[in-house]
Amino acid sequence: MRRYVIRRLAQAVGVLWAAYTVSFLVLDFLPGDPVSAMAGGGSDSTPIDPAQIARLRHEYGFDKPVFLQYLDYLGKALRGDFGDSISTGRSVTSTLAAALPQTLELAGAALLLAVLFGGGLAVVATYTNRRWLRQGLLSLPPLGVSVPTFWIGLMLVELFSFRAGWFPAFGNDGLGGLVLPAVALAIPTGAIVAQVLAKSLLTTLDEAYVETAKAKGAGRVRIHLRHALRNASLPALTVVGLLAGQLMANSVVIETVFSRDGLGRVTAGAVTVQDIPLVQGVVVFGSLIFVVVNLIVDLVYPLLDPRIVVASGRRASFA
Amino acid sequence: MSQVVVDDLGATALGAGTPAEAGFEPGGRGAPRRAVRFFLRRPGLVLSGVVVVLVVLAAFWPGLFTAQDPLHGSPADFFQAPGGAHWFGTDELGRDVFSRVVHGAQLSLKATLIALAVAFVAGGLIGLIAGFVGRWVEDVLMRFVDVLLSIPALFLSLALVTALGYGTVKVAVAVGVASVASFARVMRSEVLRARQAVYVEAARSCGARWYSVLIRHVLPNAIGPVVVLATLEIGTAILAVSSLSFLGYGAPPPAPEWGTLISDGRNYLANAWWLTALPGLTIALTVLATNRIARALDGEWARQR
Repeated sequence: MRRYVIRRLAQAVGVLWAAYTVSFLVLDFLPGDPVSAMAGGGSDSTPIDPAQIARLRHEYGFDKPVFLQYLDYLGKALRGDFGDSISTGRSVTSTLAAALPQTLELAGAALLLAVLFGGGLAVVATYTNRRWLRQGLLSLPPLGVSVPTFWIGLMLVELFSFRAGWFPAFGNDGLGGLVLPAVALAIPTGAIVAQVLAKSLLTTLDEAYVETAKAKGAGRVRIHLRHALRNASLPALTVVGLLAGQLMANSVVIETVFSRDGLGRVTAGAVTVQDIPLVQGVVVFGSLIFVVVNLIVDLVYPLLDPRIVVASGRRASFA
Repeated sequence: MSQVVVDDLGATALGAGTPAEAGFEPGGRGAPRRAVRFFLRRPGLVLSGVVVVLVVLAAFWPGLFTAQDPLHGSPADFFQAPGGAHWFGTDELGRDVFSRVVHGAQLSLKATLIALAVAFVAGGLIGLIAGFVGRWVEDVLMRFVDVLLSIPALFLSLALVTALGYGTVKVAVAVGVASVASFARVMRSEVLRARQAVYVEAARSCGARWYSVLIRHVLPNAIGPVVVLATLEIGTAILAVSSLSFLGYGAPPPAPEWGTLISDGRNYLANAWWLTALPGLTIALTVLATNRIARALDGEWARQR
């Protein structure tokens, strides 16, 4: 067990390093550098002294070769320092740390809804003997993955804020303000959870041990929930891990729709003004959360299925 | 990626199910009758086909559907609810929303196709080289692909948009790069499968050069599932492109890109629901239709045989 954990930890660290490197490379393609963006950014275009630009470039280290810049930045990033935001001047780490709780709250609530309703849908659809109910339920998930998240959000606002007046249309205040964005975010995620769980439940119900349980006289509910669901939930769990990244990403869009403060709005703002350190921080942060969630999923696996640790030759890779 | 994840996991995690075989050419006699029966049993699939054909027609010949100008309207007719004269109503400048949606199909379809082309070509090449060359090249390339997979797609796209700038094409490239990884993985696994086939061994032993083995034997036998993946990714790409243009990184304002239409309409949500509801419905219908067709290609047709 310990070796399994250590190997997964090492993999996670490697992925994070690589994610940092990729984001560094991508953002380095940028024509020019942030300093000229800063200098040319103002609409009141007073010409800026070239010497001053040179000094700023030196201060930020843009006059050094790319590889040295990279090592320099990587060293700082290892100590949790992603530099300062170009637009606000605050440190990237503290900006993200301040925005994170709201986003985690939103994504967590959405994940909870997605698992409850997506999983519930799959269980009911595979349990029921009524053809119309099964068909009806199973036709919902394909619908859910086809609808743009931001559009769901806007429609919810239109129906439940403007027409019905039940929930606030925007802002971060309280539980009421969390309901609509969380539902909007949960629909595509829940749809995928439902698809995967339904598919694996159907396969699991054909297994020999289900027949055995039936032969021993176990009730349908017991077979469905205790025998089949436990085994069928492994693929769904993997998907939940993978969906963590998608949830974070979709929250960028949803937070914009609902004008909520959080990681998403920080990101959208940073992209708009080409705030490179901040965008890079967001990319690495996003991967960090993704990696941590998948690490947790991988560590939960052995509890559900002890065979996984025994078969340690199996490469537990992402996706 | 959503649909792909589902199918991928369904197949790998359960150890059941075959990889998507590209078996969509009807073989032998009775094929037409079989095709008719296949489609008659699936009205949803036929409807999806109709929707996709309509969208493609709208993209190339918007004049077929509407004669109204998408960019200039009569300001006197602003905020008219949907009706006979304006099917999707009019916006704050009196422009016909239906006409804007029809003309927007061109931009959105173009972006989707560019995104797919980037992902298909780049991902396919990476997978092909990794699978065919093997050894350390494969290790390096596939580790790189793993890293791409661990950065959430939208964040990767956003980083690319930051670097490249705004515009339909740039957004499309950003979306395409974000889905390179899944194409590379499928291509590699298919190449590995094809490379071990007996006919490849036979070709080798007949003295065929590596490039002729690659192009005449391995590639044609490996490309099918990658094409299926491309159809599965159409819907994802449409959604990703419209998300980015909703955030305001797509075509500049007067252009009627689908995501931009929705973000424009957002300001008038309280008094003109049709400005957001109907373009969004168009996106959803298009994605639903392409997903349905992709699922049909991905096995349904082959399984029925």
